[in-house]
Amino acid sequence: MNLTLRVWRQPHPTAKGKMVTYKVSDVSPDMSFLEMLDVLNEQLILSGDDPVAFDHDCREGICGSCGLMINGYAHGPEQTTTCQLHMRSFKDGDEIDIEPWRSGGFPLIKDLVVDRSAFDRIIASGGFISAPTGTAPEAHATPVPKKDSDAAFDAATCIGCGACVAACPNGSAMLFTAAKVSHLGLLPQGQPERDARVIKMVAQQDAEDFGGCSNIGECSAVCPKGISMETISRLNHDLLGALRANAVPAS
Amino acid sequence: MATATQTAQRRAAKTGRGSSSVFKKAVMAISGILMVLFLVAHAIGNLHVFQGAESFNEYSEWLREFGEPALPHRTLLTLIEIGLLVSVVAHMWSAFSLWRQAKRARPVAYVTKKRVQQSYASRTLRWGGVIILLFIIWHLLDMTFGAVNPDGTDSTPYDRLVASFENPFITAFYVLALVLLGMHLRHGIFSAAQTLGQTNKRRERLLNITATTFATGLIALYLVTPVAVALDFVN
Amino acid sequence: MALELFTEGDPIADTKAPTDVPIGERWSERKFRGRLVNPANRRKLHVIVVGTGLAGGSAAATLAEAGYKVTSFWYQDSPRRAHSVAAQGGINAAKNYRNDGDSVHRLFYDTVKGGDFRSRENNVHRLAEISTNIIDQCVAQGVPFAREYGGLLDNRSFGGAQVSRTFYARGQTGQQLLYGAYQALERQMGLGNVEQHARTEMLDLIVVDGKARGIVARNLVTGEVTTHMADAVVLATGGYGNVFYLSTNAKGSNATAIWRAHKRGALLANPCYTQIHPTCIPTSGDYQSKLTLMSESLRNDGRVWVPKERGDDRDPRQIPEDERDYYLERKYPAFGNLVPRDIASRQAKNVCDEGRGVGPGGLGVYLDFDEAMQRLGRKAIEAKYGNLFDMYARITGEDPYEVPMRIFPAVHYTMGGLWVDYDLQSTIPGLFVIGEANFSDHGANRLGASALMQGLADGYFVLPNTITDYLAAGPFPKVAEDDPAVVEARQAVVAQSEKLLSINGTRTVASFHRELGRLVWDYCGMERSEESLRKALDRIPEIRKEFWTNVKVSGEQGTFNQNLEHAGRVADFIELAELMCIDALHRNESCGGHFRVESQTEEGEALRDDENYAYVAAWEWTPEGEPPVLHKEDLNYEYVHLAQRSYK
Ligand SMILES: Cc1cc2nc3c(=O)[nH]c(=O)nc-3n(C[C@H](O)[C@H](O)[C@H](O)COP(=O)(O)OP(=O)(O)OC[C@H]3O[C@@H](n4cnc5c(N)ncnc54)[C@H](O)[C@@H]3O)c2cc1C
Ligand code: HEM
Ligand code: HEM
Ligand code: SF4
Ligand code: F3S
Ligand code: FES
Repeated sequence: MNLTLRVWRQPHPTAKGKMVTYKVSDVSPDMSFLEMLDVLNEQLILSGDDPVAFDHDCREGICGSCGLMINGYAHGPEQTTTCQLHMRSFKDGDEIDIEPWRSGGFPLIKDLVVDRSAFDRIIASGGFISAPTGTAPEAHATPVPKKDSDAAFDAATCIGCGACVAACPNGSAMLFTAAKVSHLGLLPQGQPERDARVIKMVAQQDAEDFGGCSNIGECSAVCPKGISMETISRLNHDLLGALRANAVPAS
Repeated sequence: MATATQTAQRRAAKTGRGSSSVFKKAVMAISGILMVLFLVAHAIGNLHVFQGAESFNEYSEWLREFGEPALPHRTLLTLIEIGLLVSVVAHMWSAFSLWRQAKRARPVAYVTKKRVQQSYASRTLRWGGVIILLFIIWHLLDMTFGAVNPDGTDSTPYDRLVASFENPFITAFYVLALVLLGMHLRHGIFSAAQTLGQTNKRRERLLNITATTFATGLIALYLVTPVAVALDFVN
Repeated sequence: MALELFTEGDPIADTKAPTDVPIGERWSERKFRGRLVNPANRRKLHVIVVGTGLAGGSAAATLAEAGYKVTSFWYQDSPRRAHSVAAQGGINAAKNYRNDGDSVHRLFYDTVKGGDFRSRENNVHRLAEISTNIIDQCVAQGVPFAREYGGLLDNRSFGGAQVSRTFYARGQTGQQLLYGAYQALERQMGLGNVEQHARTEMLDLIVVDGKARGIVARNLVTGEVTTHMADAVVLATGGYGNVFYLSTNAKGSNATAIWRAHKRGALLANPCYTQIHPTCIPTSGDYQSKLTLMSESLRNDGRVWVPKERGDDRDPRQIPEDERDYYLERKYPAFGNLVPRDIASRQAKNVCDEGRGVGPGGLGVYLDFDEAMQRLGRKAIEAKYGNLFDMYARITGEDPYEVPMRIFPAVHYTMGGLWVDYDLQSTIPGLFVIGEANFSDHGANRLGASALMQGLADGYFVLPNTITDYLAAGPFPKVAEDDPAVVEARQAVVAQSEKLLSINGTRTVASFHRELGRLVWDYCGMERSEESLRKALDRIPEIRKEFWTNVKVSGEQGTFNQNLEHAGRVADFIELAELMCIDALHRNESCGGHFRVESQTEEGEALRDDENYAYVAAWEWTPEGEPPVLHKEDLNYEYVHLAQRSYK
């Protein structure tokens, strides 16, 4: 296949960026999208140009590093990660627009690379169970109903890729935050910190220049792990409950 | 040389309850629900039109005289008005505050952005809301105060109503506003349930159907009045 | 023997394990004998932890929790992206929840045997003892392990074991375990107990007065080269499987941290022991950048086969039962499809070499779920392996519920790594190495679900207890920024980057990496022979020379420059590849993942030579032009009797 790419190029955060057009030829349908970009980059390097910077690591859909806005869709036309998107989803002659995630909470670093450390700070604010090493009781001391454990697992699969933020018209990170709140809040181990956790995590998500959620649902529709809208409802429920209970997070 | 290289500065989180985006949403949902309740009552009230001018005007009077002499004149109506005013202000405060937050959250727009899931209704919530607000202002000037009504201020509510809907432009404006309101409600009802943490995977579909049915039904109820006037069933 | 390739130095030995008490008491005894640090003094002691995978993440969190000052480094944007996140299958622990005869001793025994008797008994026994605490710890953190309807934890069985001791979280065990450690680490970061350096790559170790005192690192965003001092340095930088270019490791996985430490004097042990994983998705073309593993757990229900006839290219569903060769079940009736990885991989290679391979290029064998689907139903298979099946479908464009999967072996794990003693301390005092980066517990072959166990054992339980013995002597005198050792290390790093950028040749970094990887795979991969290894050893110095004269690296040093990052890593892989081949050549026996064609039984199984090779080969770096020096650590087996491995 031969393709025309229009790629967002921006050498550093304060530079003015623009879309630049490139042609790539002999693309195999079995290539992954990132392998196609590898081909482009090798061309660029050999011709003395700066290769396109993009984040990636595991290339098997689990680390959450990769993430591009492809033709207006977060992670492209399939509901998966960019690294697991294959060129068989495109056809010869296609024009493909490639842009970085856009959000106030994700400042741009270079080209298609953004800084997602805001997610880590949301976790640091309360996305954990305080269980110092060595203090754990025997694992079978607390049975967990399979239903809860499965639901917790579903929420826990979020890979922190940021597609939800990228796709949300409000630039909201609510799905990400809700996934973690749900994962920990559904387990018996997560109960003691449940109220404080949700208050602190939502406060941090708001402070990081992410938008608020108006239940549009775009996030869940592009989420490569299919995190459901139910998690957001659960977050809302927990937060309002915590506010009613007058839970004041110890900070 | 050993500089601490923090990639991004830590932003202090505000944990005050009023600043939480979810709290603001809850305010919006609750004020929205109050307004919806008013709209249901209002729609039913409007049906008095079909009982003729007398009945309609009486109903209007009744609203003002309710509880008299035990209660002062206009008690019920004033309470409703205050409730509505508070709701509208609260609703708008949270809407604008979240709107501002969303603007900050997407400082650079995409060159190409497509939608996957979002409905037209969910995207038009904000502009839809603004138009509804403009409508309400105009509507009050029209029906309640008669300032912009063809029949002027010295008329009965029934006259004002009929006069307005005999004008096709005014009718068209009402219809447009009602359709927008319908869409606002269609998403708003689902959204309010989600915001208040009452949805789950199982309920999602049912809720969506309910919201659509409810919004369509309510708007249809409203629409009968202008349509009846336009078709001369009511005059 | 290729004496000109290396010289032999003094033997070394682990002196930390208290061998005067029985094996079951050694770990507690070691903890008792080691010195402790009073809680009030811990704030004054500063530890650098490089890496945030299972090993580094759990270690940094635990040390910070204990009150030490911790600085943490990783090259991805978030600690949660360390490659441990990709582990699928599970984690072993001797809980015996199944009442199927499991015990600490059995896990110990299985691991020593699985490692083909090339690991240290003391370390392995400790690992087996700690395994149960790990599960408790993870459950307390909220790791959503698979559960039974009764609410208790579920288990499955893995290669190389006849008991069900593997805990799992669908096909994403590593992810969930890593998130547990990551959350514990983020908690410490939120409390301000850990200084963090995201997107920062360690490029050298600073050794002052014989002690590891800091690192040189490059901030990958700004390109700034910085130095960081501490009282001790912990490396948890993962494995070096990417030397093969195509592997199941992440694209950024590298040998740089351990290789530079090696060049600063840390011995590197058993570099030739690499594990080839039998169940990977076969390659589809030359552009392939990475291989994807599908969990070994698939072998629990999938049956491996190839057509009996060579060149049989019928649709697999058209091939009748009696024309299929379920070769693992045929050759190893006791373990069947669950033989250890090295055996499963080599047998796959053998049938492909016989021309019976399937798929493009004949490089693949079938993994068939037909029988399991009929026995358990599609629903059960979906619940167990759904995400793996989806991944397979996405990558290959084929539906594995309909057509049998095709699998082929791929490089997956490196048993070799920096040499460490029982305390996990390398030969440089103050330099500790944990997780896949060290060589310690798996001998010549790692059993499935044991790496996660080792990473977490090292990070949560071992290192935090052994490092105190070293730190008790601290805080050590402050090292000045202008200390000659610091200045020299920093300048060396800057000079190397500048050199790479100035060559401006005609070949890309990736093209060198591909060539090197191909060479190592062909000549030092699943099978090695004296001839193949010598070929590799002839070619690698040429590649190195060409690299340093003809590579083209774009951009500048003081910017975000992914091409420069890659160039530095490939430079180290080239040097490491050479040592791997020397190690493989000198070890004239087959063991575990190291299969020397010259040393096999009549049936083609690996043939160990315990007489001559029951030792750990720890290599010392020497300046270019001089052969590396081999130090041997003899392996003694007091509790497990040396035996030829048999899984028949
Ligand atoms: C696909 C796959 C599946 C697997 N499945 C299983 C399984 O089911 N069961 C099992 O037991 N094992 C499994 N393994 C093996 C196991 O996952 C790894 O051995 C283990 O996770 C390694 O953990 P680690 O903490 O040592 O290193 P990693 O998780 O690789 O972490 C390395 C860390 O070091 C950092 N780093 C690396 N180099 C540098 C540098 N130069 N400077 C700064 N930071 C650096 C990285 O940023 C990262 O944080 C699997 C491995 C793979 C690849
Ligand atoms: C066809 C549709 C409608 C008709 C015929 C109609 C009619 C009227 C009339 C006749 C009044 C005056 C009542 C009085 O003064 O006694 C009134 C008041 C009012 N209407 Fe409507 N209305 C319609 C739709 C709406 C809608 C859609 C809204 C809100 C979004 C709305 C909000 C109000 C409000 C807030 C008042 C003032 C009530 C008060 O004074 O307390 N109306 N309407
Ligand atoms: C009488 C009229 C109105 C009714 C009945 C109504 C009702 C509702 C309801 C029920 C919601 C859902 C709350 C939630 O998301 O949880 C909602 C949302 C919303 N309303 Fe209204 N509303 C009305 C008028 C307005 C007006 C006048 C505005 C604008 C100024 C407005 C703006 C919005 C916005 C922006 C939302 C989306 C919430 C968000 O962005 O987070 N609405 N409305
Ligand atoms: S919720 Fe989904 S889209 Fe958002 S970060 Fe997690 S995995 Fe990515
Ligand atoms: S798209 Fe955005 S508005 Fe909410 S439901 Fe998803 S975060
Ligand atoms: S590169 Fe890891 S998820 Fe895509």
